[in-house]
Amino acid sequence: MATATATKDKSVLWDWLTTVDHKKLAVLYLIAGTLFFVKAGMMALFMRIQLMSAENDFLTGQTFNELITMHGTIMLFLAATPLIFAFMNFVIPLQIGARDVAFPFVNALGFWIFFFGGLLLSVSWFFGGGPDAGWTAYVPLSSGEYADLGLDFYVLGLQVSGIGTLVSAINFIVTIINMRAPGMTMMRMPLFCWTGLVVSILIVFAFTPLAAGLALLMLDRIFGGQFFIPDMGGNAVLWQHIFWIFGHPEVYILVLPAFGIISEVIPAFSRKRLFGYTAMVFATLVIAFLGFMVWVHHMFTVGLGPITNSVFAIATMGIAVPTGIKIFNWLFTMWGGKITFNTAMLCASSFVPTFVLGGVTGVMLAMVPVDYLYHDTYFVVAHFHYIIIGGIVLGLLAGTYYWYPKMFGHKLNEKLGILMFWLFYIGFHMTFFIQHILGLIGMPRRVYTYLEGQGMETMNLVSSIGSFVMGAAILVLVINVVYSAFNSERITVNDPWDARTLEWSTPTPIPEYNFAQTPQVRSLDPWFYEKVHGDGTMKPAEPMTDIHMPNGSILPFVIGLGLFTWGFGMVMMNMENTIVPPFLVIGTGVILTFGSMLIRSIKEDHGYHIPLEQVKKIEKEVS
Amino acid sequence: MSDDLSKPFTKSSMSEEEIMKINKERKIQVTSFAFMIFLTILAFIAVATETIEVGFAIPFILLLAVVQFFLQMYYFMHLKDKDHGWPNAFIISGVVLSTPALIALILLLGVTKY
Ligand code: HEM
Ligand SMILES: [Cu+2]
Repeated sequence: MATATATKDKSVLWDWLTTVDHKKLAVLYLIAGTLFFVKAGMMALFMRIQLMSAENDFLTGQTFNELITMHGTIMLFLAATPLIFAFMNFVIPLQIGARDVAFPFVNALGFWIFFFGGLLLSVSWFFGGGPDAGWTAYVPLSSGEYADLGLDFYVLGLQVSGIGTLVSAINFIVTIINMRAPGMTMMRMPLFCWTGLVVSILIVFAFTPLAAGLALLMLDRIFGGQFFIPDMGGNAVLWQHIFWIFGHPEVYILVLPAFGIISEVIPAFSRKRLFGYTAMVFATLVIAFLGFMVWVHHMFTVGLGPITNSVFAIATMGIAVPTGIKIFNWLFTMWGGKITFNTAMLCASSFVPTFVLGGVTGVMLAMVPVDYLYHDTYFVVAHFHYIIIGGIVLGLLAGTYYWYPKMFGHKLNEKLGILMFWLFYIGFHMTFFIQHILGLIGMPRRVYTYLEGQGMETMNLVSSIGSFVMGAAILVLVINVVYSAFNSERITVNDPWDARTLEWSTPTPIPEYNFAQTPQVRSLDPWFYEKVHGDGTMKPAEPMTDIHMPNGSILPFVIGLGLFTWGFGMVMMNMENTIVPPFLVIGTGVILTFGSMLIRSIKEDHGYHIPLEQVKKIEKEVS
Repeated sequence: MSDDLSKPFTKSSMSEEEIMKINKERKIQVTSFAFMIFLTILAFIAVATETIEVGFAIPFILLLAVVQFFLQMYYFMHLKDKDHGWPNAFIISGVVLSTPALIALILLLGVTKY
């Protein structure tokens, strides 16, 4: 049974549906994340068209509410998270010198559950409209009394995709702790691995409260529970607490991997080691810890009292300290370096000032008395978009340009890349800088129109034009991907950027087992160390032998499909008249899910071996 | 190699010493289990018999809970054993993160309901 050709005789589609290879799953995450990103981006453009002039009637208020909810929910849960997971999946095993993640099957499971959860949320459009209570789904707006079916899709879709995220996070934790190559101590790990580890821990501690909160809301909505209904002795503020106990760590879950990407790209293109590595690791841990202690800053205006508000305001401002450490470390890394300003570096270096702007408005928002003015205005919108677009999206773009040659075997076109960067950067500031001022003159967020003669027309127009420029930038990126796929020069060298970390020691394209021999790590930035102090190749830590590989499996896909069916059945319980009874659908889902788990448990699958000769042959081919 | 994994083993691969250690470990487990049952019974007695006043019973039960928690974690779930640094780190960070959240929620939730 031990044949190396186990993957060769599959059709392309079947191979991708059943793959457990972390590199292929990374590509799947990248594609799924991009699709959701484009979808939510279109929604944003529609909203900006609506807000372009006063009293516009391009959209109705109801549609606007649905768009604003879906935009936020998709961007945070179904676009940013999977795009981050794409890079974590691809890069972390390579950077720690592992052949794959600890549980390849679970990795595939995480992807498919996330994907089907996203699908469940998205099909809401075909059943009477999307959720419309904002991405935060505050009760009573989201309770059975005020919100329709869309919110059931929100609750169950997020519940399912959340399971996928949790599963993947646990897998990353185990991988980083157990699968490091010999010599790769914790304090020699690249910063992207560190942030990946910390983020996975945050996910474990933050997505569990979310799952609990969603379960309570589901009980309220579908089974007649009263957890959040004050008339019946419930507590509406409880939802806000649960949501933000999850929600604030979530924003750090998104931004920390972006920090990690920036900490990889800046040293690579400054030709210097990262300044203050230890301080960076320490700052990451402190941010993660403090991230759990500040959730009330989203609830300052609820009326929890001056003492509570002050305590949480001070804790919130405290986060600025470790964040500042990071900012200065990036600046000092660039200081005196031989900087190459290609697209990746442009994105990474411009990340720093935009992120600072977002952080400064964050500290402004953390001052309770003035937050009473800022709260629920466009000022808050400007704040988090500076962090999310100016931080996370720029980080993801930097990562895309940086790791693209390793992932796809060719670089993205630089000219188009630089065009994209400038369009994006200018469009971004045009869209969002002016929203600070709109917020200060009192434009409320999440309202679908505004009156004439309040001095908001011009600024809104500028903001809308900016958003089209940003849209054009993304279009240029898409064109670039297609153009480069046909015209870009194929990469055959290991290390096209002359970079520092272990992933660049692998051949391009990477064989499915990553490393023919597990490398011996001798220092921080191991690949750079070998280039300077060694002979330019990684020293092997083990003799060359047969390589044990996991078999692909369709079960993750089926389990995802099962959870989708199950969730859909639950939503059907709130539908007026259904063609099939909901219990039938729920039953099918449960059988699919647990049946697949049963098969997985009783069917033995020890994987297969790639024999030594085959490994040698592949190694000769790629080098 | 992997093809033999499904066959049962005929002989234990452990040395005499390891077997002895496992037996000792088992004894500790049973003792701590019995002790935890005892603590649970104590907690029940504290409320059921109504001989102890409430003001004392609540902190008393909380104290028992803390002791139980430590026994549970360190003896039952092996946190005391060697090479359990990572599980320790995770459980401790879980406690550190959730305790303030729980305390804050208990203190705050009575104040504002809607
Ligand atoms: C120095 C760091 C930061 C501080 C002091 C800070 C502070 C705040 C405060 C006080 C609010 C509430 C404003 C209000 O609703 O009145 C807020 C909202 C928000 N922040 Fe931050 N923040 C920081 C960093 C971040 C980061 C890193 C992210 C994302 C990665 C982020 C994302 C958000 C989001 C999404 C909201 C709005 C949530 C909503 O109401 O929908 N913030 N921030
Ligand atoms: Cu926050």
